[in-house]
Amino acid sequence: MTIPVLSVRGLVVEIPTRHGVMRPVDGMTFDIKAGEILGLVGESGAGKSMTGNAVIGLLDPPARIAEGEIYLNGDRIDRLRLADLRKRRGKDIGMVFQDPLTSLNPLLPIGDQLTETILEHLPVSMSEAKTRAVAALEEVGIPAAAERIGAYPHEFSGGMRQRVVIALALSAEPSLIIADEPTTALDVSVQAQITALLKRLCRERGAGVMLVTHDMGVIAETADRVAVMYAGQLVELGFVRQVLSEPCHPYTDGLMGSTPQASKGQTRLRQIPGSMPRLGNLPPGCAFSPRCSYVQDKCRQKPELRLNSCDSRTACWFPIGAPA
Amino acid sequence: MSIVTVRGLTRVFDVSKPWLNRAIERLPKRKLTAVSDVSFEIEERSIYALVGESGSGKSTIGKMVVGLLKPSGGEIKIEGVDLFREADGDTVKRIRSDIQMIFQDPFASLNPRWRVRDIIAEPVAAHGGDVKGLAEKLLEQVGLSAADAGKFPHEFSGGQRQRICVARALASEPKLIVCDEPTSALDVSVQAQVLNLMSDLKDSFGLTYLLISHDLTVVQHMADRIGVLYLGRLVEEAAPDDLFSAPLHPYTRMLLEAAPKIDGFGRDIEPPQGEIPDPINPPTGCAYHPRCPLATDQCKSERPALSADGGRRVACFRAGDMFQSNIRRPGLGGM
Amino acid sequence: MTDSARQTQVTAPSSEPSRLKTVWESDFGYAFRRSPVALVSCLVVLFLVLSAVMAPWIAPHDPFNPVTLNLMNGFTPPSTPNAFTGDSFWLGTDDQGRDVFSTILFGMRISLFVGFSAVLFAMILGVTLGLIAGYAGGWIETLIMRVADVQLTFPAILVAMLIFGIAKGFTPVEYRDQMAIWVLILAIGLSDWVQFARVVRGATLVEKNKEYVQAARLIGRSGGAIMLRHILPNVLSPVLVIATISLALAIIAEATLSFLGVGAPPTQPSLGTLIRIGQGFLFSGEWWILLFPSVTLLSLALSVNLLGDWLRDALNPRLR
Repeated sequence: MTIPVLSVRGLVVEIPTRHGVMRPVDGMTFDIKAGEILGLVGESGAGKSMTGNAVIGLLDPPARIAEGEIYLNGDRIDRLRLADLRKRRGKDIGMVFQDPLTSLNPLLPIGDQLTETILEHLPVSMSEAKTRAVAALEEVGIPAAAERIGAYPHEFSGGMRQRVVIALALSAEPSLIIADEPTTALDVSVQAQITALLKRLCRERGAGVMLVTHDMGVIAETADRVAVMYAGQLVELGFVRQVLSEPCHPYTDGLMGSTPQASKGQTRLRQIPGSMPRLGNLPPGCAFSPRCSYVQDKCRQKPELRLNSCDSRTACWFPIGAPA
Repeated sequence: MSIVTVRGLTRVFDVSKPWLNRAIERLPKRKLTAVSDVSFEIEERSIYALVGESGSGKSTIGKMVVGLLKPSGGEIKIEGVDLFREADGDTVKRIRSDIQMIFQDPFASLNPRWRVRDIIAEPVAAHGGDVKGLAEKLLEQVGLSAADAGKFPHEFSGGQRQRICVARALASEPKLIVCDEPTSALDVSVQAQVLNLMSDLKDSFGLTYLLISHDLTVVQHMADRIGVLYLGRLVEEAAPDDLFSAPLHPYTRMLLEAAPKIDGFGRDIEPPQGEIPDPINPPTGCAYHPRCPLATDQCKSERPALSADGGRRVACFRAGDMFQSNIRRPGLGGM
Repeated sequence: MTDSARQTQVTAPSSEPSRLKTVWESDFGYAFRRSPVALVSCLVVLFLVLSAVMAPWIAPHDPFNPVTLNLMNGFTPPSTPNAFTGDSFWLGTDDQGRDVFSTILFGMRISLFVGFSAVLFAMILGVTLGLIAGYAGGWIETLIMRVADVQLTFPAILVAMLIFGIAKGFTPVEYRDQMAIWVLILAIGLSDWVQFARVVRGATLVEKNKEYVQAARLIGRSGGAIMLRHILPNVLSPVLVIATISLALAIIAEATLSFLGVGAPPTQPSLGTLIRIGQGFLFSGEWWILLFPSVTLLSLALSVNLLGDWLRDALNPRLR
C-alpha cells in the first residue's frame, strides 16, 4: 500500500477564550493520495479553512493543534519546529488562497517571486530557474509569459493573478497543494478556467490536492473524493459521485436539497431549518441534531464516523438509506 | 401590465483622475460606460432577473431603478412615472414608497447602533407613519420572533439579518423590491430559506421583484424572465425555460456551460476563452467578439441590435446559427 | 462578539438600567478589568476629578476669601506648625498664607473645567465639520479640509496665544479676568478641532458607502438626518479616543498658557498659574509651592493620557 501524501488523524484545533475552549476543528481524520483531489466542503464556520491552516501550520495564535497527528508523505509534521516546518511548507506544500493579492508580494515583479521560490527549493542555477519560471507561467496559460515576467501583480487581472499564484504554488514541485476557495472571488467564466487548470496540472504532476470550498458544484466537477464538514466535525466522507448523488448524512442531503439547481422544476427549495450553531454553544451529541428532521433520542450521544452500507463513511446514527 | 418600463437607460461614470493631476500629467478625461442603452419591462407580480458577471452593469441598473443613482440618459418609468423628471412632489413621494431594496451584504445593510425595531420601522417612521407594533408584526412574517425587535443586529446570523432586511423592505408596503444579490453572501442552506421566504412573500403581498444576481442557478429557480447583461448591454432576454434550454447568444451559452454543475461529476469542459474586457476601452462592434467562437468580421466592426423574435430578444448576428445548433444538441440547459 | 457589538455598548447613550452591567460583562469590560494600566489610570482620574468637583466641600480653607487668610501664615512648610500662629498645613502655604492643598483643589477645578470645555468645543466643531466634509464631498470637503490643513501648520500654542492676544485687545479691562477663562477655552478648542474633523471625515467616507446608509437614502431621509442618526453613532468610537487624549493635551496647553501669563488670572488660578507663582519661590527654598501643583498636573495629564492610549487599543485593535 502506498503512503498517502497527506494523512490527518484525529485532528483537534482549540482556541482558548474567556468563555471557555472553542473547538473549531474537532476530530478530523482523512487521507489524500498522490494525484487525488479531496474536496473539503462545508458552510461558513464549519472549520474547513481552519483544517487547511492547521495542516500548513498557519494557525493564528491562540488557536493551536490540541490533539491528533498530521503526516506528510509519511513524516509527522505537526510537531516540527517552525523553521523546519517553513522549509517543508515551501517545498512540499503549495498554497492557493481565495484572494491572490495576499499571496503575491505587490512590490516584486512576478518573475522574481517565481525564480526566488524555485532557487530556494530546487538545486538549479539562476538561468535555469528563470527558464523554469517562464515555463511555469506558460503552463498556467499566461499569454506572452517571457515578456510579462517583469510585470507586477497589480498589472494582472484577477483571473491572471490567480494563475500566477498557481504557478508559484507549483514551482517548487510540491506533493500536496492546498487550495482554499481558489475561485470564490472570480467570475463564472474565469472560475471554469481556473478549476480546469488546477485539475489538469495536478493530474499531470501527480500532486495531491486539498480543495476547500463551499460550492457543491465546484466540488462535484473537480474533486475525486469529498469530505463534508459541519461545526468542526467530519460528517461524511466518500467518493464524490456517491456522496453527492446518494448522501447518507441528513446534513449532506439537506445541502444538496437546498442547492437550487438540484431541485429544478420545484417551486420551493428544500431548506434546512435554523442555522449552524455558534462554536461556543454546540448542542450535546450530534451537532446537527437540532436541525435534523430524522432526530431521535440516540442523537444526544456523539456519533462516530462509520463505514456505511454504500462505501462512504458517515457520522450519523441513522444514515439515510441504511436499513433501519 | 408592466410596473417598470426602462427605455434606453445609460449611465456614464467619470473615472478621470482629479483635475490637478490631469492638468499636470496631460491626461484626457476618462469615461466608463457602465450601462448602455438598456431597455426592458417588468410585469406586475413577476420576477425579472438581471444576470451578468462583474462589470456587466447589473447593480448600476438596480441603483438607478430605485433612484439612488441618476441615469445619464434614457428613462425609467415606475407605474408610469419618471421619478427623475416628475415635478409633482407628492407623486414622487408616493411612487418612492412603492419601491424598496434588499442589499447583498447583510452585515453592512443594518445600522449596527440601531435596535431591530427602529431599523424595520424606519421607512414608515421617516414619513411620520404609525409604527406601533409594526416591527413585531413584520418580524413574525419573515420567520423571526416578535421578541427580537429589541435586539441589535450583531445578535443575529447572516440569514437572520437578511430576514430583517426583508422585513424593513416590506414596512412601507412596497409594490416593487429590487434585490441586489440578496443571497450571495449566504450559505446554501440559508440561501434556500431566504429564497423560499421571498417566493412566499411575493405571493402573499403581490410583490414584483427585480432580482440582480450572478448566480444562474438562483435566477433559473426564481425568475419569470431573465435579461443577460454583458459589459453594460442587454445581450439576451427570454423566459428561463427558453434561455436555459436554447440560449441564442454565445455569451449566454458560455455562462451556462461554465457554471459548475452539481451533478457534473468529473466533467471536463473546454473552459471559455479570455476574460471580461476593460469597460473603459470596450472592444469595437459586438463587445463579446474577442471571446466568441462564432465571431465573424461583421461582429468586429458592427454592433448587433437587440432584436425581438417570438417572445425573446437577442443581440447577435449569429443568433440564427445558434438556434440551429441548439436543435442539434438539445438539453444544454439540463442543469 | 463582534467589534461593532463592543462599540455599541461603549458609546451609545444608555437607555436601560442594565446597560452598565452589560458594558462591564462585555469584551470591552473584560479587557478593562484585565488591564492594570487602565484600572489605575481610571482610578487616578476619577479621584482627581472628584476631588476637584468637591473642592468647596473638602478643601480645608477657602483660598480666595481674604477674610480667612492670615498673612502671618505665609511660607509655612508642609506639615510643620507655623512659627507665629502655630497653624499647620498639610502641604504648606504660599507667600500670602493660602493653603497649597486648597489652592491645588480649586486650581484643578479651573484646569479641568477649561480642559473639558475646550475639548467639548473642539469636538462639536470638528465632528460637525468632519461629518459635513465626508458626507457632502466636492468643494465643501475641499474647503473644510484645506482650512484644517492651514490650521495644522500653526502650533496649537501659537494659535491660542494669537486668539488670546486679539481677544484681550477687545475686552474692557474690568471684564478681562472674567473673560480670560472663556478666551482660554475658545483658543485651545480652536487649535484642537482639526484632528476630530480629519478622523470623522475618514470614518464618514467609509460609513457613507455602506448599504445601511443607502437604505436610509432610499427611504427618503434627508442628508442631515442620515448624518446625525445613522453615521454619527458609528463614527463615535474614534472620537471618544481622540477626546480623551485631547483632554490631556488641553490640560497641558492650558497650564502652558497660564504659565506664560496669558491664561487663567491670579484671581482664578489654575494649576498652570499656581506653577508660575511657585516657580518664583523655587530658589528661595519654598519648594513646596511649586512641587505640589506640578505633581498634580503631571499625574492628571499622565493618567488621562494612559487612559486614552488604552482606550485606543481596546476600541481599535487594528491600530496596535
